[in-house]
Amino acid sequence: MELIAVKNLSAWFGEFQALKNISLVAERHEVVALIGPSGCGKSTFVRCLNRLHEEVPGGHLQGEVWLDGQNIYAPGVDPVNVRRGVGMVFQKPNPFPGMSIFENVSVGLRLAGISKRAVLAEKVEQALRQAVLWDEVKDVLKRPGTSLSGGQQQRLCIARALAVEPPVILMDEPTSALDPISTAKIEELIQELKERVTVVIVTHNMQQAARISDRTAFFLLGELVEYGKTDQVFTQPQDERTERYITGRFG
Amino acid sequence: MRSSDKLFYYLLKTLAWGVVGLLAAMVLVVLWMSWEALGHFGLRFFVDASWDSWREEFGALAFIYGTLVTSFIAVLLAVPVSLAVALYLNELAPPWIARPLGFFVEMLAAIPSIVYGLWGLFVLAPFLRDHVQPLLATYLGFLPFFQGPQMGVGLLGAGVILAIMIIPTIASISREVFKSVPESLREAALGLGATRWEMLRIAVLRVALSGVMGAVVLGLGRALGETMAVTMLIGNRPQIVWSLFESGQTMASILANQYAEADSSLHLSALTAVGLALFVVSLVINSLARWIIWRMQRVV
Repeated sequence: MELIAVKNLSAWFGEFQALKNISLVAERHEVVALIGPSGCGKSTFVRCLNRLHEEVPGGHLQGEVWLDGQNIYAPGVDPVNVRRGVGMVFQKPNPFPGMSIFENVSVGLRLAGISKRAVLAEKVEQALRQAVLWDEVKDVLKRPGTSLSGGQQQRLCIARALAVEPPVILMDEPTSALDPISTAKIEELIQELKERVTVVIVTHNMQQAARISDRTAFFLLGELVEYGKTDQVFTQPQDERTERYITGRFG
Repeated sequence: MRSSDKLFYYLLKTLAWGVVGLLAAMVLVVLWMSWEALGHFGLRFFVDASWDSWREEFGALAFIYGTLVTSFIAVLLAVPVSLAVALYLNELAPPWIARPLGFFVEMLAAIPSIVYGLWGLFVLAPFLRDHVQPLLATYLGFLPFFQGPQMGVGLLGAGVILAIMIIPTIASISREVFKSVPESLREAALGLGATRWEMLRIAVLRVALSGVMGAVVLGLGRALGETMAVTMLIGNRPQIVWSLFESGQTMASILANQYAEADSSLHLSALTAVGLALFVVSLVINSLARWIIWRMQRVV
């Protein structure tokens, strides 16, 4: 069974419709890239996958999102529980100021009710290793998370999301605020993460989508224009609009 | 063009330095006027609690005590209320409630001190006397703070009125501070599966802590120097007692009470010295708090 199945999803900000009847499935251990020009709804789409869209004033939606066999928008589903099972990494690195590196990574575990020091230490190390940050920070875990460089901060945020071992990680343009070297490290990391999780990544950068993803979805004006295997989308796009976008003729 | 720019520059420069000069002049005058009392009593003036204008025995300790105790009560009561108000208005209330409610909270700051004093005397003090103090005496009467005559006016009454008066200061500055916390941190917390309260705790309160400290300091500053309402509610008896039900006197209220009727020059000088002490206490507490904030920001 597919891990993520979105059925007829429409989303609004007040009166403005940001997503129009989107349906899409993703398998386990895949990287799905969402591309499209600014304002096409790709960020809104990932925010619908962990029920963050409804936190925006005026944000509401229709349709179904099945995660691991559960419709997360079914009545009675607590958004807090949904979000515990989905990691999210944002555009700008956003470690919590006032928290050490260790605390930043362990905060999700603490929210989940884990408080044993030994368990926390083990899971924090594991998450930092998975985020390929452990060797750089293992001696300075008590330093504030904000003292790291931008690229390290973003990997810290990835570790924070990984710590609770979610099956899905959502990334909303995670490298757009980073330099090329940090970007390359994160891209490499995403390839490794595939072994454990499904990654849904929003990106402005088509080369990035082509490099790291297994499937690519092209959004335009709130519609899902095309969705398929990445190499196919980039080499033989089915829709003319996709072709025009990936060849750089608009957007 | 150039010369008019120069004129403008010197005008602003003069006015800016003029304000600093004014402050220095005020400090000098207060120092000079209190010199007689300070020369007469020495530093003993600040650790002596007797205040007797007949025998010309003057010491400021009872007033320092009254100021610190009432301000402490005020901060203790005002901080949780102010933070609750600020969090509710900023993070939870829908805009059509937050806007008018926020306006009313800020209007609390516009009420003249004397009106607070009257309200305190005729409404708050009887309420404290009839309902709050009996309760405190019954359940917490084993503590020295809640023993003795229940009169309504006194240290507790003055502290409560001060608390109400500094709520708008602390609440509105806390709101500004909470507003400055980036939205992405709130989303990071929610994305990790934080409940609304957990989100406020880890992404807002914890981040805004030093700013909130700043808000509390400003509130404390207002409480330390507040005069009229306190004078009307504190009972005006210079004494150092454990019980918060008892009357007291603050540095500001003794000045308001006695300045007009001080007839000897030593009495007048002693009062000015109390003013000096008020200034110094404010300065020390503000500096201390600023140091705490500075240290905290360095850690963050």
